[in-house]
Amino acid sequence: MAQVTFDTIGKTYPNGFEALKPTSFGIEPGEFAVLVGPSGCGKSTLLRMVAGLEEITSGELSIAGRVVNDVDPADRDIAMVFQNYALYPHMTVRRNIGYGLKNRGTSKQEIAAKVDEAASLLNLRDYLDRKPSQLSGGQRQRVAMGRAIVRDPALFLFDEPLSNLDAKLRNQMRIEIKALQRRLGVTSIYVTHDQVEAMTMADRIIVMNEGRIEQIGTPSEVYHSPATEFVASFMGAPPMNLMPAELDGGQVRLFGATIGETTHTGDVRAGVRPEDFLPDPEGTLMMNVEIIEELGAHRLLHGTLGDTSVTVQVNNENGAGVGPIKLSIKPGAACLFDRKSGQRL
Amino acid sequence: MRKVKLSAVIDHGVLILGSLFMMLPLLMLLQMTTIPDTEIIRTGPSLTVGDQFDDNFNKAMFEASGFSGENTGLSMLKNSFILGIGFAVGKIVIGMMAAYAIVYFRLRFATFAFWLIFTTLLLPLEVRILPSYEVVQWLGMLNTYQGLIIPLIASATATFFFRQFFRSVPEELVEAARIDGAGPVKFFIDILVPLSRTMIAAMFIIMFVYGWNQYLWPTMITTDEDMYTLVRGIKQIVQVLEGAVVPEFGRSNVLALIAVIPPVLVVVFFQSWFVKGLTESDK
Repeated sequence: MAQVTFDTIGKTYPNGFEALKPTSFGIEPGEFAVLVGPSGCGKSTLLRMVAGLEEITSGELSIAGRVVNDVDPADRDIAMVFQNYALYPHMTVRRNIGYGLKNRGTSKQEIAAKVDEAASLLNLRDYLDRKPSQLSGGQRQRVAMGRAIVRDPALFLFDEPLSNLDAKLRNQMRIEIKALQRRLGVTSIYVTHDQVEAMTMADRIIVMNEGRIEQIGTPSEVYHSPATEFVASFMGAPPMNLMPAELDGGQVRLFGATIGETTHTGDVRAGVRPEDFLPDPEGTLMMNVEIIEELGAHRLLHGTLGDTSVTVQVNNENGAGVGPIKLSIKPGAACLFDRKSGQRL
Repeated sequence: MRKVKLSAVIDHGVLILGSLFMMLPLLMLLQMTTIPDTEIIRTGPSLTVGDQFDDNFNKAMFEASGFSGENTGLSMLKNSFILGIGFAVGKIVIGMMAAYAIVYFRLRFATFAFWLIFTTLLLPLEVRILPSYEVVQWLGMLNTYQGLIIPLIASATATFFFRQFFRSVPEELVEAARIDGAGPVKFFIDILVPLSRTMIAAMFIIMFVYGWNQYLWPTMITTDEDMYTLVRGIKQIVQVLEGAVVPEFGRSNVLALIAVIPPVLVVVFFQSWFVKGLTESDK
């Protein structure tokens, strides 16, 4: 278990492109931290900087109290799982898992014992003598995990490890990885662009956008009180509805309905999660439903509120049809953002 | 009765014609190894099969020719093998290492170095044969295997092919190896070389045949008869000084046949390996 500390870590490429603006934060021992953001937001760069595959151009990175800026990847006491598994194609599963140990001069018996242990942990015992090409995607993923586990590192790094798997397997592996991390208690940093993965796996989510950290918080914090409009629209599927609101004295009005108070002046947008709208015969919001998506347990109503398109989630007990419907908003559920900066008020 | 399609007949006709075109010279050669030398001069190739093959074979393989009595067919065969294998292995090793340096290390002028190597394709041995001879002579490597092999060993072709191959190896593999603690040498030997097996096989086929068939350079560099290669030695046999002596055609024909066999075997053997490597693609 190790603490990871980022002290004004930044990355500027030689061509002047700033992939990561200097930021500081820490990851607690044993924590499962997920870096999430759209492609090109710098999350992979950050991970690769921790791994030592990418040079750190400013700031100081420490793992378990040791500054590792200039330490070789092999000596950082980390293990990394890659998106394409990066298994050595000509080696058997056994040799793939044991290769890192062999390079550090571990004795043959010890390698065999550790590989065996990792293999039973991952249900790979029957596949130890196969080559990666003879394995399914999920099994390859497990081998990649095995290669990480067997080294007994202070820190796991995951670079979108599930994005090559089909949806069903992804859900299953998600749980397996999480369970494994719990069991081993190893500090982990996990990069993904999939907000569902982030929500389900993380102890803490780090939302990134354009080389900047937008918010760090538990899944619940990030979901219910997003720090910026970006976080609000990125996390959650379907995303939060963002609508222009009016200020009337201290009152915030959304299409005539009062939804909160603020001392802020200037343009304001209100964000409401799809499930925070309630069908309500007394409601003052009039939505025009255009499309209904049936999802079994609930329905998604797509349509317009005023002239903004919105998505509303309702229970399937509520009969729904295309056309106008009256809605109200759960008290206290609306978030207010400054229109210009996108910051939460 | 099965119906014979006209297209099938035409296909087979083309194939048979093609094979005859390729095989006939060899068959003629084979026929001529079985008749006495005098008959070759008198009648040339014919359809009769003579009884001289054993004699010619023994003469070619085990009896010495020339002045020193050192260049039997066996010794020439040995020299050819040393040249062919040394040439192929040397080119592969040098080419791989050059490509490794160009692809994986952040060298200054790496691209420039690569193109410099590449342009040497425009300068075959024949262009630089006098300076090369001068250097080899100066180094005292005339009539040695080093002298035969080393000046030919730098290979733009091999470097180019390995460079292309290395560039297709996923970047993540390099990174995984770095995290696994494999340094540059370990990565090369443990990962890159095994991954390149099929490439190496392909290169070996091309380079072995190329080396085996070298004629001009061995002719320049070897004057001792015990250093003659097959391809060069055959020429020597039919070169007779006195006008009245019948050249030993039978002997040279047997050697010519034998000279064809190893390249064919190398192609056949490595091709199956090569195809296997391609179909069991695991990259």
